[in-house]
Amino acid sequence: MMTNPAGRITQGQFSFLPDLTDAEITLQIEYGLNRGYAWSVEYTDDPHPRNTYWELFGMPMFDLKDAAGVLMELQNCRKTFPNHYIRLIAFDSTRGVESIGMSFIVNRPKVEPGFQLERQESVSRTLRYTTRGYAANAPEGERYGN
Amino acid sequence: MSQPMYAIPGSVAANVPVEAVADPTVAPVARTVADVLAQSQVEAVMDELDHDLVGLAPVKQRIRDIAALLVIDKLRLNQGLAAQTPSLHMSFTGNPGTGKTTVALRMAEILHRLGYVRKGHLVAVTRDDLVGQYIGHTAPKTKEVLKKAMGGVLFIDEAYYLYRPENERDYGQEAIEILLQVMENQRDDLVVILAGYKDRMDTFFKSNPGMSSRIAHHLDFPDYSHDELLQIGDRMLGTMNYRFGTGARDAFGEYLTRRLEQPHFANARSVRNALDRMRLRQASRLFEARDRELTREDLTTIETPDIRASRVFGASP
Ligand SMILES: Nc1ncnc2c1ncn2[C@@H]1O[C@H](COP(=O)(O)OP(=O)(O)O)[C@@H](O)[C@H]1O
Ligand SMILES: [Mg+2]
Repeated sequence: MMTNPAGRITQGQFSFLPDLTDAEITLQIEYGLNRGYAWSVEYTDDPHPRNTYWELFGMPMFDLKDAAGVLMELQNCRKTFPNHYIRLIAFDSTRGVESIGMSFIVNRPKVEPGFQLERQESVSRTLRYTTRGYAANAPEGERYGN
Repeated sequence: MSQPMYAIPGSVAANVPVEAVADPTVAPVARTVADVLAQSQVEAVMDELDHDLVGLAPVKQRIRDIAALLVIDKLRLNQGLAAQTPSLHMSFTGNPGTGKTTVALRMAEILHRLGYVRKGHLVAVTRDDLVGQYIGHTAPKTKEVLKKAMGGVLFIDEAYYLYRPENERDYGQEAIEILLQVMENQRDDLVVILAGYKDRMDTFFKSNPGMSSRIAHHLDFPDYSHDELLQIGDRMLGTMNYRFGTGARDAFGEYLTRRLEQPHFANARSVRNALDRMRLRQASRLFEARDRELTREDLTTIETPDIRASRVFGASP
Protein backbone atom coordinates (compact mmCIF):
# COMPACT_ATOMS: atom_id res chain seq x y z
CA MET A 1 0.00 0.00 0.00
CA MET A 2 2.86 2.34 -0.70
CA THR A 3 1.02 4.41 -3.31
CA ASN A 4 -1.96 5.21 -1.12
CA PRO A 5 -0.77 4.93 2.46
CA ALA A 6 -3.47 6.95 4.18
CA GLY A 7 -6.29 5.79 1.96
CA ARG A 8 -6.92 9.37 1.02
CA ILE A 9 -5.86 11.88 -1.53
CA THR A 10 -3.56 14.63 -0.35
CA GLN A 11 -3.99 17.82 -2.31
CA GLY A 12 -4.10 21.43 -1.25
CA GLN A 13 -3.93 22.61 2.33
CA PHE A 14 -4.67 20.53 5.42
CA SER A 15 -4.95 17.29 3.45
CA PHE A 16 -2.60 15.41 5.80
CA LEU A 17 -4.87 16.35 8.70
CA PRO A 18 -8.13 14.69 9.64
CA ASP A 19 -11.08 16.20 7.77
CA LEU A 20 -11.87 19.70 8.98
CA THR A 21 -15.13 20.11 10.83
CA ASP A 22 -17.58 22.72 9.58
CA ALA A 23 -16.54 24.96 12.46
CA GLU A 24 -12.92 24.69 11.36
CA ILE A 25 -13.86 25.28 7.74
CA THR A 26 -15.75 28.39 8.84
CA LEU A 27 -12.63 29.72 10.55
CA GLN A 28 -10.57 29.20 7.39
CA ILE A 29 -13.20 30.93 5.24
CA GLU A 30 -13.29 33.80 7.70
CA TYR A 31 -9.50 34.08 7.53
CA GLY A 32 -9.64 34.28 3.73
CA LEU A 33 -12.45 36.84 3.77
CA ASN A 34 -10.43 39.00 6.12
CA ARG A 35 -7.62 38.94 3.59
CA GLY A 36 -10.04 40.00 0.85
CA TYR A 37 -10.16 36.67 -1.00
CA ALA A 38 -13.16 35.59 -3.06
CA TRP A 39 -14.20 32.00 -2.33
CA SER A 40 -15.46 29.43 -4.80
CA VAL A 41 -16.75 25.89 -4.41
CA GLU A 42 -15.44 23.32 -6.88
CA TYR A 43 -16.15 19.61 -7.33
CA THR A 44 -14.88 16.73 -9.38
CA ASP A 45 -14.84 12.95 -9.54
CA ASP A 46 -11.54 12.98 -11.36
CA PRO A 47 -9.01 14.02 -8.72
CA HIS A 48 -5.96 13.19 -10.85
CA PRO A 49 -3.15 15.49 -9.71
CA ARG A 50 -2.88 16.91 -13.24
CA ASN A 51 -6.58 17.78 -13.31
CA THR A 52 -6.11 21.38 -12.21
CA TYR A 53 -9.51 22.64 -13.22
CA TRP A 54 -12.39 21.20 -11.25
CA GLU A 55 -15.98 22.14 -12.01
CA LEU A 56 -17.22 25.36 -10.44
CA PHE A 57 -20.31 24.94 -8.30
CA GLY A 58 -22.14 28.23 -8.86
CA MET A 59 -20.26 31.45 -9.32
CA PRO A 60 -17.18 32.65 -7.46
CA MET A 61 -18.39 34.58 -4.44
CA PHE A 62 -17.26 38.18 -4.42
CA ASP A 63 -18.23 40.83 -1.85
CA LEU A 64 -19.14 38.44 0.94
CA LYS A 65 -18.72 39.68 4.49
CA ASP A 66 -19.33 36.48 6.41
CA ALA A 67 -18.41 32.82 6.14
CA ALA A 68 -22.02 31.66 6.46
CA GLY A 69 -22.64 32.46 2.79
CA VAL A 70 -19.77 30.28 1.59
CA LEU A 71 -20.78 27.50 3.96
CA MET A 72 -24.33 27.63 2.63
CA GLU A 73 -23.02 27.11 -0.90
CA LEU A 74 -20.79 24.27 0.30
CA GLN A 75 -23.77 22.53 1.93
CA ASN A 76 -25.70 22.85 -1.33
CA CYS A 77 -22.79 21.30 -3.20
CA ARG A 78 -22.49 18.46 -0.70
CA LYS A 79 -26.20 17.77 -1.07
CA THR A 80 -25.86 17.66 -4.86
CA PHE A 81 -22.57 15.71 -5.00
CA PRO A 82 -22.27 13.75 -1.76
CA ASN A 83 -19.69 11.34 -3.20
CA HIS A 84 -17.55 13.75 -5.16
CA TYR A 85 -14.43 15.55 -4.15
CA ILE A 86 -15.31 19.12 -3.19
CA ARG A 87 -12.78 21.84 -2.47
CA LEU A 88 -12.93 25.46 -1.49
CA ILE A 89 -10.58 27.80 -3.30
CA ALA A 90 -9.87 31.42 -2.46
CA PHE A 91 -8.97 33.82 -5.21
CA ASP A 92 -6.64 36.64 -4.28
CA SER A 93 -7.37 39.48 -6.69
CA THR A 94 -4.52 41.68 -5.46
CA ARG A 95 -2.76 43.24 -8.43
CA GLY A 96 0.31 41.21 -9.23
CA VAL A 97 -1.01 38.13 -7.41
CA GLU A 98 -4.30 37.40 -9.18
CA SER A 99 -4.14 33.78 -8.27
CA ILE A 100 -5.38 31.18 -5.82
CA GLY A 101 -4.45 32.03 -2.25
CA MET A 102 -5.95 29.04 -0.47
CA SER A 103 -7.35 25.69 -1.52
CA PHE A 104 -8.47 22.70 0.50
CA ILE A 105 -10.66 19.63 0.18
CA VAL A 106 -13.90 19.71 2.17
CA ASN A 107 -15.67 16.59 0.94
CA ARG A 108 -14.45 13.16 -0.15
CA PRO A 109 -15.98 9.95 -1.45
CA LYS A 110 -16.43 7.25 1.18
CA VAL A 111 -13.78 5.07 -0.41
CA GLU A 112 -10.71 6.48 -2.11
CA PRO A 113 -8.95 3.72 -4.00
CA GLY A 114 -6.15 6.03 -5.10
CA PHE A 115 -3.95 5.80 -8.20
CA GLN A 116 -2.22 3.09 -10.08
CA LEU A 117 1.37 3.75 -11.04
CA GLU A 118 1.86 2.34 -14.51
CA ARG A 119 5.36 1.57 -15.81
CA GLN A 120 5.98 1.43 -19.50
CA GLU A 121 9.26 -0.08 -20.61
CA SER A 122 10.76 1.76 -23.49
CA VAL A 123 13.97 1.70 -25.49
CA SER A 124 17.22 1.11 -23.65
CA ARG A 125 15.51 0.09 -20.47
CA THR A 126 13.95 3.56 -20.20
CA LEU A 127 10.90 3.58 -17.94
CA ARG A 128 7.95 5.89 -18.57
CA TYR A 129 5.64 6.41 -15.67
CA THR A 130 2.02 7.38 -15.66
CA THR A 131 -0.63 7.47 -12.96
CA ARG A 132 -4.22 6.47 -13.45
CA GLY A 133 -7.00 6.74 -10.90
CA TYR A 134 -8.51 3.31 -10.22
CA ALA A 135 -11.91 4.95 -10.16
CA ALA A 136 -11.33 6.82 -13.41
CA ASN A 137 -12.25 3.90 -15.65
CA ALA A 138 -15.93 4.32 -14.89
CA PRO A 139 -17.71 7.12 -16.72
CA GLU A 140 -18.05 10.53 -15.13
CA GLY A 141 -20.64 10.61 -12.37
CA GLU A 142 -20.37 6.86 -11.69
CA ARG A 143 -16.88 6.72 -10.31
CA TYR A 144 -17.42 6.70 -6.58
CA GLY A 145 -20.95 5.33 -6.37
CA ASN A 146 -23.89 7.41 -5.47
CA MET B 1 -13.99 8.36 4.92
CA SER B 2 -11.38 5.66 4.79
CA GLN B 3 -9.32 5.15 7.90
CA PRO B 4 -5.68 6.13 7.47
CA MET B 5 -3.20 3.35 8.16
CA TYR B 6 -0.86 5.49 10.18
CA ALA B 7 -1.53 7.90 12.98
CA ILE B 8 -2.12 11.42 11.80
CA PRO B 9 -0.86 14.03 14.21
CA GLY B 10 -3.79 15.60 15.99
CA SER B 11 -6.20 12.81 15.09
CA VAL B 12 -5.96 11.23 18.54
CA ALA B 13 -8.28 12.78 21.03
CA ALA B 14 -6.21 14.86 23.37
CA ASN B 15 -6.75 13.56 26.87
CA VAL B 16 -4.54 16.10 28.51
CA PRO B 17 -6.75 18.24 30.72
CA VAL B 18 -6.44 21.85 29.74
CA GLU B 19 -6.22 24.11 32.75
CA ALA B 20 -8.83 26.81 32.72
CA VAL B 21 -6.78 29.96 32.74
CA ALA B 22 -8.66 33.17 33.43
CA ASP B 23 -8.06 35.40 30.43
CA PRO B 24 -7.81 38.98 31.68
CA THR B 25 -8.82 40.39 28.28
CA VAL B 26 -12.23 38.70 28.34
CA ALA B 27 -14.85 40.78 30.09
CA PRO B 28 -16.60 39.15 33.04
CA VAL B 29 -20.01 37.66 32.39
CA ALA B 30 -22.59 40.44 32.35
CA ARG B 31 -25.17 40.27 35.13
CA THR B 32 -26.76 43.70 34.98
CA VAL B 33 -28.32 45.75 32.22
CA ALA B 34 -25.55 48.28 32.74
CA ASP B 35 -22.93 45.55 32.15
CA VAL B 36 -24.47 44.59 28.83
CA LEU B 37 -24.85 48.19 27.76
CA ALA B 38 -21.29 48.99 28.71
CA GLN B 39 -19.80 45.90 27.07
CA SER B 40 -21.76 46.24 23.86
CA GLN B 41 -21.52 50.04 23.63
CA VAL B 42 -24.97 49.88 22.14
CA GLU B 43 -26.16 52.93 23.99
CA ALA B 44 -23.84 55.17 21.98
CA VAL B 45 -25.58 54.08 18.78
CA MET B 46 -29.02 54.61 20.27
CA ASP B 47 -28.10 58.06 21.52
CA GLU B 48 -26.70 58.92 18.11
CA LEU B 49 -29.96 57.80 16.57
CA ASP B 50 -31.83 60.07 18.98
CA HIS B 51 -29.65 63.06 18.17
CA ASP B 52 -29.10 62.66 14.46
CA LEU B 53 -32.65 61.96 13.43
CA VAL B 54 -35.33 64.57 13.81
CA GLY B 55 -38.74 63.40 15.06
CA LEU B 56 -39.61 59.71 14.57
CA ALA B 57 -40.55 59.40 18.25
CA PRO B 58 -42.58 56.18 17.85
CA VAL B 59 -39.81 54.54 15.83
CA LYS B 60 -37.15 55.50 18.35
CA GLN B 61 -39.30 54.13 21.16
CA ARG B 62 -39.78 50.82 19.34
CA ILE B 63 -36.04 50.53 18.78
CA ARG B 64 -35.43 51.09 22.49
CA ASP B 65 -37.99 48.38 23.25
CA ILE B 66 -36.31 45.95 20.89
CA ALA B 67 -32.90 46.76 22.31
CA ALA B 68 -34.25 46.20 25.83
CA LEU B 69 -35.57 42.80 24.80
CA LEU B 70 -32.21 41.84 23.36
CA VAL B 71 -30.28 43.06 26.38
CA ILE B 72 -32.50 41.07 28.75
CA ASP B 73 -32.14 38.10 26.45
CA LYS B 74 -28.36 38.35 26.80
CA LEU B 75 -28.69 38.37 30.60
CA ARG B 76 -30.99 35.35 30.49
CA LEU B 77 -28.46 33.57 28.33
CA ASN B 78 -25.69 34.38 30.81
CA GLN B 79 -27.80 32.80 33.55
CA GLY B 80 -28.14 29.68 31.46
CA LEU B 81 -31.79 30.25 30.69
CA ALA B 82 -32.14 28.70 27.30
CA ALA B 83 -34.18 30.52 24.73
CA GLN B 84 -34.37 30.33 20.98
CA THR B 85 -32.61 33.12 19.13
CA PRO B 86 -35.35 35.73 19.02
CA SER B 87 -36.77 36.34 15.58
CA LEU B 88 -35.52 39.74 14.54
CA HIS B 89 -36.93 40.13 11.06
CA MET B 90 -38.74 43.43 10.74
CA SER B 91 -40.93 45.47 8.49
CA PHE B 92 -40.43 49.22 8.11
CA THR B 93 -43.47 50.89 6.65
CA GLY B 94 -43.94 54.50 5.72
CA ASN B 95 -43.97 56.95 2.86
CA PRO B 96 -40.84 57.70 0.85
CA GLY B 97 -38.22 59.79 2.60
CA THR B 98 -39.40 59.04 6.13
CA GLY B 99 -36.03 57.59 7.11
CA LYS B 100 -36.54 53.85 6.65
CA THR B 101 -33.20 53.19 4.96
CA THR B 102 -31.39 55.49 7.35
CA VAL B 103 -32.86 53.76 10.41
CA ALA B 104 -32.15 50.32 8.93
CA LEU B 105 -28.46 51.21 8.82
CA ARG B 106 -28.52 52.16 12.49
CA MET B 107 -30.50 49.04 13.30
CA ALA B 108 -27.80 46.91 11.71
CA GLU B 109 -25.24 48.60 13.92
CA ILE B 110 -27.33 48.06 17.06
CA LEU B 111 -27.85 44.39 16.27
CA HIS B 112 -24.15 44.05 15.61
CA ARG B 113 -23.13 45.64 18.90
CA LEU B 114 -25.47 43.35 20.79
CA GLY B 115 -24.06 40.36 18.95
CA TYR B 116 -27.19 39.39 17.02
CA VAL B 117 -25.47 39.77 13.65
CA ARG B 118 -21.79 39.00 13.27
CA LYS B 119 -20.71 41.74 10.85
CA GLY B 120 -23.36 44.46 10.95
CA HIS B 121 -23.38 45.54 7.31
CA LEU B 122 -26.54 46.36 5.37
CA VAL B 123 -27.29 45.02 1.91
CA ALA B 124 -30.12 47.01 0.31
CA VAL B 125 -31.95 45.40 -2.62
CA THR B 126 -35.16 45.63 -4.61
CA ARG B 127 -37.12 43.09 -6.63
CA ASP B 128 -34.74 43.30 -9.60
CA ASP B 129 -31.82 42.13 -7.52
CA LEU B 130 -33.68 39.02 -6.38
CA VAL B 131 -35.94 37.94 -9.21
CA GLY B 132 -34.66 36.61 -12.53
CA GLN B 133 -35.91 36.87 -16.08
CA TYR B 134 -36.28 33.22 -16.98
CA ILE B 135 -36.66 29.78 -15.46
CA GLY B 136 -33.67 28.89 -13.29
CA HIS B 137 -32.46 32.47 -13.03
CA THR B 138 -34.16 33.45 -9.78
CA ALA B 139 -32.72 30.95 -7.31
CA PRO B 140 -29.06 31.77 -8.01
CA LYS B 141 -29.81 35.50 -7.98
CA THR B 142 -31.63 35.37 -4.66
CA LYS B 143 -28.99 33.13 -3.15
CA GLU B 144 -26.20 35.40 -4.27
CA VAL B 145 -27.85 38.33 -2.50
CA LEU B 146 -28.46 36.22 0.60
CA LYS B 147 -24.82 35.16 0.70
CA LYS B 148 -23.68 38.77 0.55
CA ALA B 149 -26.07 39.74 3.32
CA MET B 150 -25.06 36.94 5.70
CA GLY B 151 -23.64 38.28 8.91
CA GLY B 152 -25.62 41.48 8.46
CA VAL B 153 -29.00 42.87 7.50
CA LEU B 154 -30.80 42.33 4.21
CA PHE B 155 -32.98 45.35 3.45
CA ILE B 156 -35.62 44.70 0.79
CA ASP B 157 -37.11 47.97 -0.41
CA GLU B 158 -40.66 47.86 -1.78
CA ALA B 159 -40.81 44.20 -0.84
CA TYR B 160 -44.40 43.82 -2.06
CA TYR B 161 -43.22 43.87 -5.67
CA LEU B 162 -41.91 40.36 -5.04
CA TYR B 163 -45.49 39.17 -5.08
CA ARG B 164 -47.40 39.65 -8.34
CA PRO B 165 -50.69 37.78 -8.01
CA GLU B 166 -51.85 38.93 -11.45
CA ASN B 167 -49.16 36.77 -13.05
CA GLU B 168 -49.33 33.25 -11.70
CA ARG B 169 -46.02 32.30 -13.26
CA ASP B 170 -44.16 35.25 -11.80
CA TYR B 171 -40.73 34.29 -10.49
CA GLY B 172 -41.16 36.51 -7.43
CA GLN B 173 -42.84 33.66 -5.61
CA GLU B 174 -39.69 31.58 -5.98
CA ALA B 175 -37.61 34.35 -4.42
CA ILE B 176 -40.10 34.62 -1.53
CA GLU B 177 -39.83 30.90 -0.85
CA ILE B 178 -36.04 30.94 -0.74
CA LEU B 179 -36.13 33.98 1.53
CA LEU B 180 -38.60 32.31 3.88
CA GLN B 181 -36.43 29.25 4.18
CA VAL B 182 -33.34 31.23 5.10
CA MET B 183 -35.29 33.55 7.41
CA GLU B 184 -36.48 30.52 9.32
CA ASN B 185 -33.40 28.29 9.31
CA GLN B 186 -30.55 30.79 9.45
CA ARG B 187 -31.74 33.29 12.00
CA ASP B 188 -28.25 33.51 13.42
CA ASP B 189 -26.83 34.39 10.04
CA LEU B 190 -28.96 37.28 8.91
CA VAL B 191 -31.81 39.62 9.71
CA VAL B 192 -34.27 40.64 6.99
CA ILE B 193 -35.98 44.03 6.95
CA LEU B 194 -38.83 44.56 4.48
CA ALA B 195 -39.66 48.15 3.66
CA GLY B 196 -42.33 50.00 1.72
CA TYR B 197 -45.66 51.81 1.79
CA LYS B 198 -47.85 50.75 4.68
CA ASP B 199 -51.01 49.87 2.77
CA ARG B 200 -49.22 47.83 0.12
CA MET B 201 -47.20 46.01 2.75
CA ASP B 202 -50.40 45.13 4.61
CA THR B 203 -51.83 43.64 1.43
CA PHE B 204 -48.58 41.79 0.82
CA PHE B 205 -48.64 40.27 4.31
CA LYS B 206 -52.30 39.28 3.93
CA SER B 207 -51.52 37.28 0.83
CA ASN B 208 -48.25 35.90 2.22
CA PRO B 209 -49.02 34.60 5.70
CA GLY B 210 -45.72 32.73 5.74
CA MET B 211 -43.82 35.99 5.44
CA SER B 212 -46.12 37.76 7.87
CA SER B 213 -45.62 35.14 10.58
CA ARG B 214 -41.84 35.43 10.35
CA ILE B 215 -41.77 39.19 10.86
CA ALA B 216 -41.46 39.88 14.55
CA HIS B 217 -41.40 43.67 14.58
CA HIS B 218 -43.48 46.11 12.59
CA LEU B 219 -42.25 49.69 12.70
CA ASP B 220 -44.37 52.40 11.17
CA PHE B 221 -42.64 55.60 10.07
CA PRO B 222 -44.93 58.65 10.28
CA ASP B 223 -44.74 61.56 7.85
CA TYR B 224 -42.77 64.52 9.17
CA SER B 225 -44.54 67.67 10.30
CA HIS B 226 -43.73 71.01 8.73
CA ASP B 227 -41.62 71.89 11.72
CA GLU B 228 -39.66 68.66 11.62
CA LEU B 229 -38.97 69.10 7.92
CA LEU B 230 -37.60 72.55 8.62
CA GLN B 231 -35.30 71.13 11.29
CA ILE B 232 -34.19 68.37 8.92
CA GLY B 233 -33.38 71.09 6.39
CA ASP B 234 -31.28 72.91 9.00
CA ARG B 235 -29.28 69.77 9.73
CA MET B 236 -28.75 68.91 6.11
CA LEU B 237 -27.53 72.41 5.34
CA GLY B 238 -25.25 72.29 8.37
CA THR B 239 -23.60 69.04 7.32
CA MET B 240 -23.10 70.44 3.82
CA ASN B 241 -21.47 73.60 5.26
CA TYR B 242 -24.21 76.01 4.22
CA ARG B 243 -26.50 78.27 6.20
CA PHE B 244 -29.61 80.34 5.60
CA GLY B 245 -29.12 84.11 5.08
CA THR B 246 -31.45 86.68 6.60
CA GLY B 247 -35.06 85.75 5.95
CA ALA B 248 -34.05 82.68 3.99
CA ARG B 249 -35.17 80.22 6.65
CA ASP B 250 -38.64 81.78 6.69
CA ALA B 251 -38.73 81.57 2.92
CA PHE B 252 -37.79 77.91 3.14
CA GLY B 253 -40.59 77.38 5.66
CA GLU B 254 -42.98 78.93 3.21
CA TYR B 255 -41.53 76.80 0.46
CA LEU B 256 -42.24 73.69 2.53
CA THR B 257 -45.82 74.78 3.22
CA ARG B 258 -46.44 75.06 -0.52
CA ARG B 259 -44.49 71.97 -1.45
CA LEU B 260 -46.40 69.87 1.12
CA GLU B 261 -49.61 70.56 -0.76
CA GLN B 262 -48.24 69.33 -4.05
CA PRO B 263 -48.24 65.75 -5.24
CA HIS B 264 -45.22 63.43 -4.92
CA PHE B 265 -43.96 64.97 -1.73
CA ALA B 266 -41.30 62.63 -0.35
CA ASN B 267 -40.63 63.99 3.13
CA ALA B 268 -36.94 64.33 4.00
CA ARG B 269 -35.89 63.29 0.52
CA SER B 270 -37.81 66.23 -0.98
CA VAL B 271 -36.09 68.49 1.53
CA ARG B 272 -32.73 67.19 0.35
CA ASN B 273 -33.66 67.67 -3.30
CA ALA B 274 -34.96 71.17 -2.65
CA LEU B 275 -31.74 72.11 -0.90
CA ASP B 276 -29.71 70.72 -3.78
CA ARG B 277 -31.62 72.92 -6.21
CA MET B 278 -31.13 75.93 -3.97
CA ARG B 279 -27.39 75.31 -3.94
CA LEU B 280 -27.52 75.21 -7.70
CA ARG B 281 -29.24 78.60 -7.83
CA GLN B 282 -26.80 80.02 -5.30
CA ALA B 283 -23.93 78.86 -7.47
CA SER B 284 -25.44 80.44 -10.59
CA ARG B 285 -26.00 83.67 -8.71
CA LEU B 286 -22.39 83.82 -7.56
CA PHE B 287 -21.18 82.82 -11.00
CA GLU B 288 -22.75 85.95 -12.50
CA ALA B 289 -20.49 88.34 -10.64
CA ARG B 290 -17.25 87.52 -12.43
CA ASP B 291 -14.97 90.02 -10.76
CA ARG B 292 -16.33 89.96 -7.25
CA GLU B 293 -14.10 88.49 -4.59
CA LEU B 294 -16.16 85.79 -2.90
CA THR B 295 -15.86 85.55 0.85
CA ARG B 296 -16.41 82.48 2.94
CA GLU B 297 -19.69 84.11 3.93
CA ASP B 298 -20.81 84.43 0.32
CA LEU B 299 -19.92 80.86 -0.48
CA THR B 300 -21.83 79.36 2.44
CA THR B 301 -25.01 81.43 2.43
CA ILE B 302 -28.27 80.48 0.79
CA GLU B 303 -30.18 83.72 0.24
CA THR B 304 -33.91 84.28 0.03
CA PRO B 305 -33.93 84.71 -3.78
CA ASP B 306 -32.30 81.27 -4.16
CA ILE B 307 -35.38 79.86 -2.51
CA ARG B 308 -38.03 82.14 -3.95
CA ALA B 309 -37.00 81.27 -7.48
CA SER B 310 -38.49 77.80 -6.97
CA ARG B 311 -41.41 76.82 -9.17
CA VAL B 312 -43.67 76.31 -6.13
CA PHE B 313 -43.75 80.09 -5.77
CA GLY B 314 -44.55 80.44 -9.45
CA ALA B 315 -48.33 80.38 -9.19
CA SER B 316 -48.50 83.15 -6.61
CA PRO B 317 -48.31 86.84 -7.57
N1 LIG C 1 -35.44 62.07 10.85
C1 LIG C 1 -34.50 62.48 9.97
N2 LIG C 1 -33.59 63.39 10.32
C2 LIG C 1 -32.67 63.80 9.45
N3 LIG C 1 -32.54 63.35 8.19
C3 LIG C 1 -33.42 62.43 7.76
C4 LIG C 1 -34.43 61.94 8.62
N4 LIG C 1 -35.16 61.03 7.96
C5 LIG C 1 -34.62 60.95 6.74
N5 LIG C 1 -33.58 61.79 6.59
C6 LIG C 1 -32.79 61.95 5.39
O1 LIG C 1 -33.66 61.89 4.29
C7 LIG C 1 -33.13 61.16 3.21
C8 LIG C 1 -34.07 60.05 2.81
O2 LIG C 1 -34.19 59.11 3.87
P1 LIG C 1 -34.32 57.54 3.63
O3 LIG C 1 -33.87 56.85 4.86
O4 LIG C 1 -33.65 57.17 2.35
O5 LIG C 1 -35.89 57.39 3.49
P2 LIG C 1 -36.74 56.13 3.00
O6 LIG C 1 -35.83 54.95 2.96
O7 LIG C 1 -37.82 56.01 4.02
O8 LIG C 1 -37.28 56.50 1.65
C9 LIG C 1 -31.78 60.68 3.68
O9 LIG C 1 -30.83 61.53 3.10
C10 LIG C 1 -31.80 60.85 5.20
O10 LIG C 1 -30.53 61.19 5.67
MG1 LIG D 1 -35.30 54.05 1.14
